[in-house]
Amino acid sequence: MTLLEVRDLHVDFHTRDGIVKAVNGVNYQVEAGETLAVLGESGSGKSVTAQAVMGILDMPPGRIPKGEILFHGEDMLTMSKEERRKIRGARIAMIFQDALSSLNPVLSVGYQLAEMFRVHQGASRKEAKAKAVELMDRVKIPAAKARVSDYPHQFSGGMRQRIMIAMALALEPDLIIADEPTTALDVTVQAQVMELLADLQREFNMGLILITHDLGVVADVADKIAVMYAGRIVETAPVKELYKAPAHPYTKGLLESIPRLDQKGKELYAIQGLPPNMAKVPDGCAFHPRCPVARDVCRSELPPLAEVGEGRGSACHFWKETLGE
Amino acid sequence: MGRYVARRLLQMIPVFIGSTLLIFCMMFALPGDPVAALFGEKKPDPAQIAAIKHQLGLDLPLWHQYWNYLTGLFQGDFGTQIATQRPVAEVISQAFPVTVRLTLFAFVFTVLAGVLLGLVSGLFADKVFDRVVLIFTLLLISVPSFVLGYLFQYLFAFQLGWVTPTVQDSQDLGQLLLPAIVLAALSLAYVTRLTRTSVAENLRADYIRTAIAKGLPRRRVVGVHLLRNSLIPVVTFLGTDIGSLMAGAVVTEGIFNVHGIGNTIFEALNRREGSTVVGIATLIVIVYLVASLLVDLLYAVLDPRIRYD
Ligand SMILES: Nc1ncnc2c1ncn2[C@@H]1O[C@H](COP(=O)(O)OP(=O)(O)OP(=O)(O)O)[C@@H](O)[C@H]1O
Ligand code: SF4
Ligand SMILES: [Mg+2]
Repeated sequence: MTLLEVRDLHVDFHTRDGIVKAVNGVNYQVEAGETLAVLGESGSGKSVTAQAVMGILDMPPGRIPKGEILFHGEDMLTMSKEERRKIRGARIAMIFQDALSSLNPVLSVGYQLAEMFRVHQGASRKEAKAKAVELMDRVKIPAAKARVSDYPHQFSGGMRQRIMIAMALALEPDLIIADEPTTALDVTVQAQVMELLADLQREFNMGLILITHDLGVVADVADKIAVMYAGRIVETAPVKELYKAPAHPYTKGLLESIPRLDQKGKELYAIQGLPPNMAKVPDGCAFHPRCPVARDVCRSELPPLAEVGEGRGSACHFWKETLGE
Repeated sequence: MGRYVARRLLQMIPVFIGSTLLIFCMMFALPGDPVAALFGEKKPDPAQIAAIKHQLGLDLPLWHQYWNYLTGLFQGDFGTQIATQRPVAEVISQAFPVTVRLTLFAFVFTVLAGVLLGLVSGLFADKVFDRVVLIFTLLLISVPSFVLGYLFQYLFAFQLGWVTPTVQDSQDLGQLLLPAIVLAALSLAYVTRLTRTSVAENLRADYIRTAIAKGLPRRRVVGVHLLRNSLIPVVTFLGTDIGSLMAGAVVTEGIFNVHGIGNTIFEALNRREGSTVVGIATLIVIVYLVASLLVDLLYAVLDPRIRYD
């Protein structure tokens, strides 16, 4: 059975400026052991979708008017609060971007790790602490035993993110959602942290949803990609195929905007214009004001996510031409 | 840490000398005369007054009197009241515990009620409860405490008869309840608002989102993760507040006729009993200094990012 399946998910925020439709019918699936990379510009709804899956949306102002989030085939949106709480952290865990602000500044890292075992497994203080040390070892924190009582501010950025990873891993969840786990880190430690995450995922055969801006990372670790634009998935495909031949002009723009060694010296392509204001998303294809190949139909008709191949989809009226180029 | 405490204790010495000297000078500058006050309505004989003054050392220059006072103090002698002939130490040791009891009562009330009200308003920021508490605290802040004191006295003692209007027995916590609440009112309002702001702000912090994402029960998210962080600014405030509460006690004691230092200082001022006023004022300064040291230490316990060395 599919590990996680998000079906037609919608999320609104009721704000002073009106209703922000942050997520408008997102569909994606993740299997055990599989890595799904979610790509897209700032504000496209990547984090909001993840928060909805995790059950940590701010509600209010957030609202889920429509959709299903099936975990092992069961819709989590119809579960009781208590049932969802027991899944959170234990069976689906999340890693956030900024480990310093995401860890509690006044509690030792050991306490924060041990808390997982104490709350979810009823472990004693001593047992839980021993397991916390084990976890810190596992994510390769040097001198784990000596550092278990240290506080977050006493660690480096990379070590803190390792602690976040350890925390997510604590109860060996089936699914991990990592929301830009390396964005806040030094370039030199980004690769190490990403590698650690990928190794552990393989070892435990977990599903991984990796939200990122970094197309380089995606190529290395992801199995498939979902590209989001204005609260929708505009293209999904296995990584290799997508890199080889994108089926959506937006994806194409993204790929052309990464610096490449073989094109050194050439001017980098940049998608023109800005991401849309989510309170006033353009009619038709939301990408049309920025699309280099837009035509009249794009301004009035919303393109559905059409199947363009084995396990591939594109929400563009002219995917054939885009793919064929 | 030990060195920090030692340094702080050493710093208290100049503050101690400075504050005693200042109050000493102020007493000296006040018009009126403690010896003349002894004679009441009777016309005193100037020679007799001079003799008594000489005997008490009151004819010496200010610096000499102060020196005598300080040396006495270091030998444990707070001086003697001129009118009653009672040692000042005895007068203070009788009055002080009463005020301490009243202040502590008010302090505990401030902390418990303030944090609780602030926590609930912060958790439900901008909901009805929060709005009501906001208005309530605004009222407490804008009404002077003696007005509140007389109002409560009128309402609860004279109209409803729930309590006695004045305190007969300061050992009886039931009788101290009303004065303690009046004394606590202003601090309570501040603690409530401070806690509320802090809770509402921390509630949006990333580490709270993490705590929820960990699947912790709400009790734990609030009680362990939110409250501990939110109380840090509140504790800082409470440290300075103990001193203000003691000063406020002087007024409250007057309204409810509590025989604490407020009353004593009032009588001593009327009779120009310098050593009594200086003794009490100094004691308040010391309490204030010690309380703020304790709070700074507690601050470091609550927030590991703070290090003293
Ligand atoms: N709590 C909230 N209240 C109101 N609007 C929100 C809230 N959270 C998110 N939004 C809105 O939802 C939209 C999508 O936000 P989201 O955080 O999912 O973007 P993102 O794709 O993760 O971007 P980034 O790459 O910057 O993290 C944004 O327009 C944002 O303003
Ligand atoms: S539907 Fe039209 S506007 Fe949208 S991406 Fe395709 S071509 Fe561009
Ligand atoms: Mg995001």
